[in-house]
Amino acid sequence: MRGIFTISQLTIHETLRKRVLLAATLLGFAFLVIFALGFYFMNREVINSPRGAETQAQRALIYIFLMMAGLYAVNFLMVMMAALLPVDTLSGEIRSGAIQSLVTKPLRRAEIVLGKWLGFWVILAGYLALMGGGVLLIARIVSGITPQNIFIGLALILLEATLLLTLSIAGGTRLSTLANGVLVFGLFGLAFIGGWIEQIGALFQNETARYVGVIASLIVPSESLWQLAAYNMQPALMRDLAMTPFSPASVPSNAMVVWALGYTLLVLLLGVWSFRTRDL
Amino acid sequence: MNHSAIETNALRKEFGAKVAVADLTLTVQRGEVFGFLGPNGAGKTTSVKMLLGLVARTSGEGRVLDAPLGNVAARAKIGFLPEHFRFQDWLSGREFLDLHARLYGIETENRKARIEKLLTRVDLQDAANRKLKEYSKGMLQRIGLAAALLNEPQLVFLDEPTSGLDPLGRLIVRDVIQELRAQGTAVFLNSHLLSEVEVTCDRVAFVKNGRVIREMGLRETRNEIEIELQVKNPTPNLLRDLAQFGKNVRQWNGSIHLETDGESHIPEINRWLVAQGVDVYKIGAAKPSLEKMFLEVMGEDARAG
Ligand SMILES: Nc1ncnc2c1ncn2[C@@H]1O[C@H](COP(=O)(O)OP(=O)(O)OP(=O)(O)O)[C@@H](O)[C@H]1O
Ligand SMILES: [Mg+2]
Repeated sequence: MRGIFTISQLTIHETLRKRVLLAATLLGFAFLVIFALGFYFMNREVINSPRGAETQAQRALIYIFLMMAGLYAVNFLMVMMAALLPVDTLSGEIRSGAIQSLVTKPLRRAEIVLGKWLGFWVILAGYLALMGGGVLLIARIVSGITPQNIFIGLALILLEATLLLTLSIAGGTRLSTLANGVLVFGLFGLAFIGGWIEQIGALFQNETARYVGVIASLIVPSESLWQLAAYNMQPALMRDLAMTPFSPASVPSNAMVVWALGYTLLVLLLGVWSFRTRDL
Repeated sequence: MNHSAIETNALRKEFGAKVAVADLTLTVQRGEVFGFLGPNGAGKTTSVKMLLGLVARTSGEGRVLDAPLGNVAARAKIGFLPEHFRFQDWLSGREFLDLHARLYGIETENRKARIEKLLTRVDLQDAANRKLKEYSKGMLQRIGLAAALLNEPQLVFLDEPTSGLDPLGRLIVRDVIQELRAQGTAVFLNSHLLSEVEVTCDRVAFVKNGRVIREMGLRETRNEIEIELQVKNPTPNLLRDLAQFGKNVRQWNGSIHLETDGESHIPEINRWLVAQGVDVYKIGAAKPSLEKMFLEVMGEDARAG
């Protein structure tokens, strides 16, 4: 256990030292500023609308739509961070040989994998708290509205990031940095396209398309988690419209969450096993 | 407690079709400085990696410090300087040593003193706050050596520890090894620098094509010694008369060599030469050089493999 914490500390330290986090945070702040400005001016537009026809409900819809767009961007940033931050951590150290000085210390190889995983997870959780919290706070200050189920929503986004993080760590035990990056983004892309095929299939009641989409979601449940997060955070009215990119026509079932959790655990165990059994 | 630091029996490692180590059978005593010699690609590094559990053995058995290969607890008592010393280069020298001390589980109160002592030992106090990224090759190797000694190990693996060092650095390594021996620490040394091996090692093994082909002690007091002498204008008569002191008298490389059964013959020969009116420039025991032996054992056809 001590080993896990030392390694996760080291991982966080390294990420801070290498200024990756600084870059990501600056980028995140730039995004929040733009979001705040956009939200502010949009809000002024809505309030001063000469038509005055917008009902309270319509206004709320616009706010929620903007908020969902903001959270979607946050989700995307999280995906990037989750896939990229750890992409080099094992493959790079294996390649350079720096890993040899770690694995010959009195700690289990599993502790190295889990320690790195934990370190990145803490960073991702912190980043989500900052960015997701920022979007929600800005929206609340400007419009006074907060979407429902935000904790469920953020937890699902975090689970999605965790899943991709785990894939990236596990891939790094055997693949080169480049191959690992291609793999993780490829899988994410697969899930992304699969998710859309599923939505379109649901919209046009094409069972085959839906089926293809579901299969893709099973292979990588990342996109489903975002859809579930979006579904949970928006009001029934917007869900029923099923017309925005954030209102899934086909809602992933809760079983998908269980699958994603099991999937993450399985990939993590596989990563540990793969690192334990390889020559260094 | 078992008396050997390392004990292996027919350890073998294959990388796919390539046999890196065919049969590693050896014993290293506790407190012994053991030299592991062989041409490039003989399997020295792979052997060390197997002993450390970095690489999984294909077959065979081995115990290190009385524990199975790769045992986690035993690693607390083992130090290791890898062949390609690459480390967490975003850390400073001091931070790097602190990290590794923590990984060894060394308590906070002991850590600082130990680190400062080792920084001094490898002569890096001045560079201790600089990032490893900015270190030269030799500096990296020095800091790696310091890291290998953090836990006051019972067994240290040094894979070509002087490959990047200047003469002063080599001297430090030589002294460190001698200190380790004095403390009773076993050292497993991979090296190509036979002159260094000669002065530091108690015993050596020659490996070729992944097989130990010869093992021998370097500290054994031999009765048979070869005497080398240089005189002004050696005559055939002189050579003939020298045969009274030993056998196999010959002229080689500008000096006279003969084999005798003890060092006591050296002053005796000297007195005799002076009495004959011969000018003596040099007289002493000629050590059979390890280099010569290496070439002999490996054969002229030794190829990197
Ligand atoms: N990961 C690997 N995959 C395939 N072959 C390998 C691997 N590592 C080593 N080998 C091969 O195993 C043999 C032994 O290599 P090793 O590094 O142990 O040699 P060495 O005795 O340390 O050589 P050197 O003196 O050059 O350091 C070589 O032929 C090498 O090509
Ligand atoms: Mg080697």
